[in-house]
Amino acid sequence: MAVTLSDKAATHIGNFIAKRGKGVGIRLGVRTSGCSGMAYKLEFADEVLPEDVVFESHGLKVLIDPKSLPYMDGTELDFVREGLNEGFKFNNPNVKDQCGCGESFTV
Amino acid sequence: MALLQISEPGMSTAPHQHRLAVGIDLGTTNSLVATVRNGVTLCLQDEDGRTLLPSIVHYLPDGQIVVGRKAMATQAVDPRNTIVSVKRFMGRGLKDVAHVETMPYDFVDNAGMVRLRTVQGVKSPVEVSAEILKDLRLRAERSLGGELTGAVITVPAYFDEAQRQATKDAARLAGLNVLRLLNEPTAAAIAYGLENASEGIYAVYDLGGGTFDISILRLSRGVFEVVATSGDAALGGDDFDHRLFCWILDNAGISLPSDRDSRRMLMKAREVKERLTLDESVPIRMTLDSGDEIDLTIERDVFVDMTRPLVDKTLRPLKKALRDANLDPADVKGVVMVGGATRMPHVQKAVGEFFGAMPLTNLDPDTVVAIGAAMQANVLAGNRAGEDEWLLLDVIPLSLGIETMGGLAEKIIPRNSTIPTARAQEFTTFKDGQTAMAFHVVQGEREMIADCRSLARFELRGIPPMVAGAARIRVTFQVDADGLLSVTARETTTGVEARVEVKPSYGLADNEIAEMLQAGFEHARDDMERRGLKEQQVEATRVIEATEKALAVDGGLLSDAERADLDAAIAALRSAAEGREVRAIKIQLEAFNRASNEFASRRMDKSIREALAGHKIDEIRI
Repeated sequence: MAVTLSDKAATHIGNFIAKRGKGVGIRLGVRTSGCSGMAYKLEFADEVLPEDVVFESHGLKVLIDPKSLPYMDGTELDFVREGLNEGFKFNNPNVKDQCGCGESFTV
Repeated sequence: MALLQISEPGMSTAPHQHRLAVGIDLGTTNSLVATVRNGVTLCLQDEDGRTLLPSIVHYLPDGQIVVGRKAMATQAVDPRNTIVSVKRFMGRGLKDVAHVETMPYDFVDNAGMVRLRTVQGVKSPVEVSAEILKDLRLRAERSLGGELTGAVITVPAYFDEAQRQATKDAARLAGLNVLRLLNEPTAAAIAYGLENASEGIYAVYDLGGGTFDISILRLSRGVFEVVATSGDAALGGDDFDHRLFCWILDNAGISLPSDRDSRRMLMKAREVKERLTLDESVPIRMTLDSGDEIDLTIERDVFVDMTRPLVDKTLRPLKKALRDANLDPADVKGVVMVGGATRMPHVQKAVGEFFGAMPLTNLDPDTVVAIGAAMQANVLAGNRAGEDEWLLLDVIPLSLGIETMGGLAEKIIPRNSTIPTARAQEFTTFKDGQTAMAFHVVQGEREMIADCRSLARFELRGIPPMVAGAARIRVTFQVDADGLLSVTARETTTGVEARVEVKPSYGLADNEIAEMLQAGFEHARDDMERRGLKEQQVEATRVIEATEKALAVDGGLLSDAERADLDAAIAALRSAAEGREVRAIKIQLEAFNRASNEFASRRMDKSIREALAGHKIDEIRI
C-alpha cells in the first residue's frame, strides 16, 4: 500500500510549490485533536526528515512520518472544487467515521 | 465537507481553527478581496469569474440592495439611488465634497458626515461602504469555506482620522474584524516583496479611475515608513476617457449628444483607450441613437499628445512629495505602479523619464494593493512563521493640534510623523481661579482654527483654583498603529484627567452605530442558530459512535430487552441528528443519556473488576 496523489491534486501541488519558490514536496500526517479524534495535517515540506516515509506520486515527493502512516495507508489525496471553494480532500480507506465537517475522523 | 489547504511547515491548524484572513482594497471605483491559500496570494473571484467589484450600491424600493456590476446598469435609469464613488464621502461633510452640484444625489447635510437620501431612507457613506464590504466578505466566506478571522483593509495614505474611523466603522457594520488598516502604497510595496529588497527610498505612483496618489516610502531593516504623500483627488483614468470622448465629438462633428449617447460614447472611449495600450491605431465605429454615424481611427500618438497635459499634471504632486521628503528623483531606488491607468505606455514612460529608471509593472496594477493587503493579513492572522513578520510604519498625513487662545492652532504632532506615536505638551490656565479648561482637537496645516478640520472637543474639570499660569496641564496626543487618535489632558499637581478618543464630529456617533448593528443582529441570530445546530449534531454523532464501539465490546452486559431499548434510543437520536431541529436533538441526547446510563455504569464496574482481578488488596494504591 502507499499514499498517492490524484492527477488534479498533483497538478495543483506542483503549481503551488512552483509559485512558492521552494519546497521538496508535501507532508501529510495525522494528529490527535478535533471533534472526532484525529485531524489531518497538510503542509509544504522544505526538507526530508530522516524518519520520513517517502512516496513518489506523479513525480512529487509525499512525506509521511511513520507514526501517521498506519492511519493513512492507502489514502489518495484529491483536489476538488465545490462552488467557489476549492481545496484538498483525503480519500482515506481507514476512516470509519468523521465529524460533520470532515476535518477530523476516527479509524 | 471542509476542503483542506496546504499550510506552511509546522503551521497546520487544529480542525475548526483555520485563521482565514483576507486583504480588501476598498477602492473609489472598484473593490477587491484577496487571500493567501496554499502559499499563493490570489484575488478571489465571484460566480462569474470576475475579481473587480465595481464600488456601486443600488437601493431598490422593495428593500433590496444590489452591489457591483448589476448596480452599474441602473446608474443611468436610477442615479439618485445608485451610489457610486462613495469613498469620496467617507468621513466628509457636505462642504468638503467637491462638485456636489454635478452629482445626482439628494444630499442631507448632517452635522457629522454627509448623508444621502435614498428610496430606502437616509444612508450614511459608512452604510453604503459596508454593503460593498459585506459583498466581498460573503464572496470570501464562500470561496474559503468558513468564517473570516479578520481582514486588512487598505486606505489612501492621506486619509485623515475621520476617514479612517469611517472605514473601520463600515467594516464593523459589514461583520468584519479589522486586523488593521493599511496604507495603499505600503500594500503595493509589500506585494512586490520590496520588504526583502535593498534598503532605500521607493515611490508608489497610483493613478486610479478618479484619483491620483503619490507616496514616498523609506525601507530600512525590512520596515516601511511613509515619508511623504501627495496627489490630486480629481485626476484619474476617467479624465483620459473624457479627453478621448471630446476628441470623438469634435472629429465626428457631433454637438450636444443625448445622455444615453454620451454614456455609450464614454464607454467606447474607455475601450479605445485600453486598446491603445497594445495597438498603435484603433478604429472607432458606432451608430448613435440620434442616427449619427461615427467612423474614425485614432493613432496612439494623437492620444498621447492630447493627454500629455494630464500626465504632466501627475508630475507636479510627484515633485511636491519629493520636496516634502527632501529628496531628489535620483534618490528613489524603485517605483511601483498601481491603478489600471498606469497600463498606458506613455504614463509609464513619463514616470520612467522622471525618475531615470523604468517603474515596476510586472504585477497587475489593478490587484496589487489587494494582494499586498492579503499578504499582510496572512501574517497578522498568524499563518506564517514568526521570523518574517513585518512591522509597518506609516505617517500621519496632516498635523494634529489643539486650539489655543485667539483661535490659533498649536500643532502637537507635526505631519509626516511616523505612527504609532505619542507627544505631549504643557499648557496652563489663562485666568486666576480657573477650574476648567476646554480643549478643541484639530487637524490641518493652517494656523487658524477656522481653516483646520475640527476633530473633537472635550473639557477638563476640577483644576484647583490657582493664579493664572500656575496650573500645569499636560496634553498628550497618542496615535495608534491604525492612525486613530486619543487625546488626554492631565493636571499634573492633582492628577485630574480628561480624555477623548477621536471619534470626531465627522465619525458616526455610538448610538448610530448601535442602531445599524441592531439591524445586523437578525443575521447574527441566524448564524448563531446554525452554529448551535452544528454543535448538537456533532455531539450526537460523537455519542452514537462511542456507544456503538462500546456495544461491540461489551454488548453482553445487557439483556436482550435492555439492548433493544438502547438500540432504539440510538436510532431515535440518529434520526433527530439528521434533522434541523436543535431542540429535538437536545431532547434525544438527554433521553439517550438516561437510556445508556445503566450500560455505562456496568461497563465501569466491569473494568474495575478486571483491573482488580489477581491483585492483593495491599497492592492497590488509591
